[in-house]
Amino acid sequence: MKGTNLGEFEEIVLLTIASLMTEAYSVNIVDEIADVTGRKTKLGVVHSVLNRLEDKGLIASELGEPTKERGGRRKRFFQITHTGKVALMKAKEQRDKLWGNIPELVFQGIR
Amino acid sequence: MKGERHTPPRWMDWLIELYCRRDKLEDLQGDLHEYYARNVKKSRFRADLIFLLDVIKFCRLYTIRKPKILGQMTFFNLLGNYFKTSVRSLARNKLFSAINIIGLSISMSIGILMITYINQLLSYDDFHENKEIVFKVYSTYTSVEDGDNIELASNSVFMADKLKEDYPGIADVLIMQGWATKDFTYDEKTLQLEGKFASEQFFDFFSFKLLSGDPKTALKEPYSVVLTETAAEKYFLDEDPVGRIFQSGEDTYTITGLMEDPPSNNHLGTFEMLESFSTQRSKQKDNKGFGSWGNLWSYHVYIMMDEVTDASTAQGYLDQISLTKNAEVERYDINYHLIQLDDLVPGNGESNNIGPYINWGDIYKLIALTVIIIASACFNYTNLSIARSLRRAKEVGIRKVVGASYQQVFIQFLFEATLISLIALVIAYGMYLLIKPEFIRQVIDSEGVALDFRLQHVPLYLLFTIGIGLFAGFVPALILSRLKAISILKDATKLKLFKGLTMRKVLIVFQFSISMALIISATISYRQYLFSVHYDLGFNTDNVLNIDLHDTNVDVELLRTEFEKIPEVQNISISSMLPATQTMHMTEIVYKEDSLSVFYNKVDMNYLDIHEIAFAAGGTFPLKKSIGDSSGYIVIDEVLCEKLGFQNPADALGAVIDYSGSNYTLEVSGVMKDYQYTDLQNELGATAFIQRFEDRVYYMNLLINTSDIIGLMDKLEGAWRTVDPVHSFKAEFYEVQVQESYADYKTMFRLFTFLALIAISICSLGLLGIVVFTTETRIKEISVRKVLGATDKNLIYLLSRSFIAMLLVSALIAIPFSYYLFDEYVLVDFRERISIGVMELLPGVAIIVLIAFITISWQTLKAAKTNPADMLRDE
Repeated sequence: MKGTNLGEFEEIVLLTIASLMTEAYSVNIVDEIADVTGRKTKLGVVHSVLNRLEDKGLIASELGEPTKERGGRRKRFFQITHTGKVALMKAKEQRDKLWGNIPELVFQGIR
Repeated sequence: MKGERHTPPRWMDWLIELYCRRDKLEDLQGDLHEYYARNVKKSRFRADLIFLLDVIKFCRLYTIRKPKILGQMTFFNLLGNYFKTSVRSLARNKLFSAINIIGLSISMSIGILMITYINQLLSYDDFHENKEIVFKVYSTYTSVEDGDNIELASNSVFMADKLKEDYPGIADVLIMQGWATKDFTYDEKTLQLEGKFASEQFFDFFSFKLLSGDPKTALKEPYSVVLTETAAEKYFLDEDPVGRIFQSGEDTYTITGLMEDPPSNNHLGTFEMLESFSTQRSKQKDNKGFGSWGNLWSYHVYIMMDEVTDASTAQGYLDQISLTKNAEVERYDINYHLIQLDDLVPGNGESNNIGPYINWGDIYKLIALTVIIIASACFNYTNLSIARSLRRAKEVGIRKVVGASYQQVFIQFLFEATLISLIALVIAYGMYLLIKPEFIRQVIDSEGVALDFRLQHVPLYLLFTIGIGLFAGFVPALILSRLKAISILKDATKLKLFKGLTMRKVLIVFQFSISMALIISATISYRQYLFSVHYDLGFNTDNVLNIDLHDTNVDVELLRTEFEKIPEVQNISISSMLPATQTMHMTEIVYKEDSLSVFYNKVDMNYLDIHEIAFAAGGTFPLKKSIGDSSGYIVIDEVLCEKLGFQNPADALGAVIDYSGSNYTLEVSGVMKDYQYTDLQNELGATAFIQRFEDRVYYMNLLINTSDIIGLMDKLEGAWRTVDPVHSFKAEFYEVQVQESYADYKTMFRLFTFLALIAISICSLGLLGIVVFTTETRIKEISVRKVLGATDKNLIYLLSRSFIAMLLVSALIAIPFSYYLFDEYVLVDFRERISIGVMELLPGVAIIVLIAFITISWQTLKAAKTNPADMLRDE
């Protein structure tokens, strides 16, 4: 069923939010993804993913303090919810399981 | 980079604010600004571009604001309900609905008439492609002696030529003249064609369509004419007339063009042909006055601007010309101004217009009267609705309890009023069709105003109707929507609905004051009209029949001989104009080297006898003169006698006066007593009767003695036919012509009467409604009073007391108002006028009071006569 599993990009965004801790807001997330993975993402894409994740209840948001560079507008900071944590753990578990199932010689044969 | 902008353009921000949901807006916009701040360090243009692209890209489903469909949905759902309740309420109170609808439709029919009329006036000359760059040069003639300004639509040939030759900034100049009407003969068929002179630029300036012929040259050569389709059809049916030859008297004309009939909304009015202005130039070659600067009474000058010249530059040229020329002349100044082509009609009261004459002042007056009438009908609606709002209060209470907001109730009652006005519109349109022909004939009285239906009128009518609905329904809607649900439902009788009572009274008083003022105005105009018509002219008009010889080239002597054969014709004279009919002819005379302006009438010997002119000294012309004589006689009036410097009228006899601009000398043969040269509106000037010396005659005056006028007319017409078979015989009694010269006041009287009738019917309807309502609500009180022994008389007094008081207040407002209006503004034009007294003021008031009283007593009597037992037994 769609929505119960995380998409690949959704997972990255969720992980980034988790790693940024209290500093996770859209622009920062985009930058962080670029730094860590080297993927140049568009703000619009991140925005819509954040929106979707919030709809699913995987993250929660609150508005911070106004900053000058944003023309006095507030940032929206995201945090992972319990559901989010569960979803991430589940994804990691699935992968670990899959990794564990792979015999070593399979990779040896690929050059 | 100080001083430069570091934020994105405001409009891009605005764009995102437009669509974005409020809860998403702040951080999204903040993000974009943050990015912008990064990008702007490299290049502002690129930053702007990225920002804009982002703004567009972020327009997604989850960011877009949801339109407030819900609120509107309730309105549309309720619309059906509003409609239903409105119709039910209309049907439940047939009398009130009828009063409202009839009152509104009467007044709206006039509104529709005004809208159509004004719309037509504003569309004048809109079809010309060059309407933006073609201007007409108007002139202002100021007499130095008395400082009077005469505003003229006409101009001089001098100006046309000067502007064309000396001012290259003006692309071209068109000159026209109004009166080119003459007879044309083709193939033994002679007809009179109404026309105008125009120079060859005509078809460049105006967008009249030339169907055949060359627009550049059609009006170039002398003796060229362009026919309209209507005129061409009279001679040639469907054939192309171009190239054919017309004969007119001695002259031969070539037809050089065929044009479409001019549309009715052009400032030139209707015409059947155009004659080249070069014909005038060649004919007037030897006339020194033709091209003179001061000769600005009959020519019309239009200029076309080129790309660089605008109106103010051209105005500069005009001022320059008048400055140099005014310095050369002592007696008068002439100044010029420009009017753009599509602003020519309506005018501002200028004289000597080339086409139909309609001015803004008259239109404003009509609009003011219309607004008053319409307001009066709207007040009916307001009054009756407020009075009856008690009955609707419960409905409002329920609606509010169920959840209707203040705005919804407000809209509901506005909707209801608009619905009623829409129903009224249908009836009003029918009424409009009925009154339209009469309006055109009586009030507009100008050719070329047809008031045809156009599609563009429909939205105007609808807008007007909705406006009326909103205006009429505003106050009732306000009052009803303010009601508190709790107080309505607790005890409706304690509602303070009658807060509007004072306002209602004020509105009724307003309505009645208007009706009274209108009827008083009608009375005063009619009395002034009668007074003017019967005013002693100082000469005889009884049994004088004037034959109009304008535009005919009849042989006067032959005609005279023919008429003399008829026994009922006692005497015949000839004159150049008719005194006391608002026409004036003016010339210069010179006496002892002083020149004087004199209003004149060129007449023959018999004229003074027929009209029984009274003399203060001397008498009529002693000798008969024939054409070509170098001297004649003149009869002057006492004013001129004094101006010439004679103490006694008798001293003037025998004085010799020069007729300016000719070698003709005039000997004073008599001094006549004062008489009416013009009408009562104009000042008496110096006037004179000059013995006829040239072959231009406009009227023949017959003194007749018969009891069989119709038989005599037949004989006269028969005699006319033998002399002039082409032109129609136009004869009218002098008395009738004098009356016609006061036709304005007759029209004013008719207009006021018509409007008064409408105002009276509207306010009577309103009064009826209010009286019915009051008696209905007080019926129990009446019954109780009756049981306790009140007589019918007491009850009628009780019920009508407040209405009578309102009538009296209205009279107190209307009488001084109309007195002041006529005394200070309308009648001041008259040299001799009626004094406004009781007889002028009271009849109108009496009529209104009577009508109102009948309305009131009809209902109160009915209420007083009811059997109290029927009313009270259920209590």
